[in-house]
Amino acid sequence: MSEKIIEFKNVTFVYEAEEEDSVEKIPAVKDVSLTINKGEFVAVLGHNGSGKSTLAKLCNAIYEPTEGTVEVKGIVADTEEKADEIRRIVGMVFQNPDNQIVATIVEDDVAFGPENLGIEPAEIRRRVDDALKSVNMYDFRHREPHKLSGGQKQRVAIAGVIAMQTECIVLDEPTAMLDPMGRDEVMQTVKRLNEEMGITVVLITHFMDEAVQADRVVVMDDGKIVMQGKPREVFSQVEKLRACGLDVPQSTELCHVLGLKEGILDVDECVSEISKVLGGAV
Amino acid sequence: MIREITIGQYYPGKSVLHRLDPRMKLVLTFALIVVIFLCKSFLSLGLIALATVGAAALSKVPPKMILKSLKPIVIILIFTAILNIFYTQGGKTYFEWWEISITEKGVNTAIFTMIRIVCLVVISSLLTYTTTPTMLTDAIERLLSPLKVFKIKVHTLAMMMTLALRFIPTLIEEIDRIMNAQKARGADLETGGIIQRAKALVPIFIPLMVSSFRRAYELAFAMTCRCYTGGEGRTRMKQMKLAGRDFAALFVCVALTAGVIVLNIFFEAVI
Repeated sequence: MSEKIIEFKNVTFVYEAEEEDSVEKIPAVKDVSLTINKGEFVAVLGHNGSGKSTLAKLCNAIYEPTEGTVEVKGIVADTEEKADEIRRIVGMVFQNPDNQIVATIVEDDVAFGPENLGIEPAEIRRRVDDALKSVNMYDFRHREPHKLSGGQKQRVAIAGVIAMQTECIVLDEPTAMLDPMGRDEVMQTVKRLNEEMGITVVLITHFMDEAVQADRVVVMDDGKIVMQGKPREVFSQVEKLRACGLDVPQSTELCHVLGLKEGILDVDECVSEISKVLGGAV
Repeated sequence: MIREITIGQYYPGKSVLHRLDPRMKLVLTFALIVVIFLCKSFLSLGLIALATVGAAALSKVPPKMILKSLKPIVIILIFTAILNIFYTQGGKTYFEWWEISITEKGVNTAIFTMIRIVCLVVISSLLTYTTTPTMLTDAIERLLSPLKVFKIKVHTLAMMMTLALRFIPTLIEEIDRIMNAQKARGADLETGGIIQRAKALVPIFIPLMVSSFRRAYELAFAMTCRCYTGGEGRTRMKQMKLAGRDFAALFVCVALTAGVIVLNIFFEAVI
């Protein structure tokens, strides 16, 4: 558990937004230090503009830090070759499934990554089949991506990363554009990747109930990490989360408002807590 | 409704024609088109027509669909037939009135040209009925790969074609969405003269352009994340391999060509 996979050391990232005659500098990430360990499932929470998406893009050398360093297994992306090496370790899934699928057939799209890595055709075939099976999309392998639902497309995108056999997968709000059913499909897939295949997961999200499922929650606000810890520890600080413009899961909030135990995470816990107060009546 | 869009006119199937190597299909289609123009006599053209019908039957594409592909050329067919009948003169005269005369040669040429055009269209649409656009793009990439010698970026061109094909349905969906959004705000897209209607399209195309650029930008990110660095050092999952049936198809086409040449020599030319 303690082997580091991604390490942020005092990272600052500044966007340069060009106005008509001046260049405005907008810092998106400010002096962030963060370590992601191998095999971990980390959720990064934050409201819009908190810098969480920028953090994701710093993970696999899409963005270069303005100050500080990002190390992936000890590699710093100072050249294009090294950036490429990092992208073989850290894969990425984006928010909009339509904008990350490159081929007109599902299996061809999953094969895209391994093909870029120059892997043997027979081995690609094997990896593509395995990857599609592990996201339960094997039966759809000959379909056209635009005829799939959002959740299915997003699972194809995840399969595309699995087929590259990266050790870590960063998901940048993968469920933001999906309906509740699609969100469920994707979250189950992500959890299975982490638990069964041992892939390190960094999930960027603004859904509390998704963050609850992680091993560790990192809360960002205004480009800084403001809270960090186990979901239970983080969600017991309701007022502090509100100050960051975030809501807490409904069950947590209910128990908080009722003045019951803090740090309740799901409906079951909430029910048992309330029934305890009522003297076991429920 | 939009989800049902299929790009190109691929008709899914498992016939011999479907399973032929797309490279071979592409080359043979071009070769047959040339052969169609080599035909000089009715017999040689008949041979080709027979082969065309045979290929259509082999493809198991419903005849209705094949006839549908002929629909857009009906006007061209009629037009060429009329021109040929009136302007080609010679042989027996069937009909004469004032300046107009219809002769044997005219009628023959008209029929000959019509059969020729029909064969041409059927053969080329059989190619697109039995091959997906992706397979065609792949075949073109592989066939053109020797051009790398001249520093032509064949892979890049093929990748652009694939991406264009991939994004056609996505962009159509987007247009639909934008049109509905603008209609909801009271945009009138259906009435008025041609200029007014063209003007009404501006608020559709500007958002479309903006979002397409954003998509392109994100797509480029996604491709970089998946280690895409161009064609160098890339492998392919699906290898194209020529099988027995490909050589059989080649043999049939060579035989056809030989047949056409022989028939041309021994029988009277129409054209």
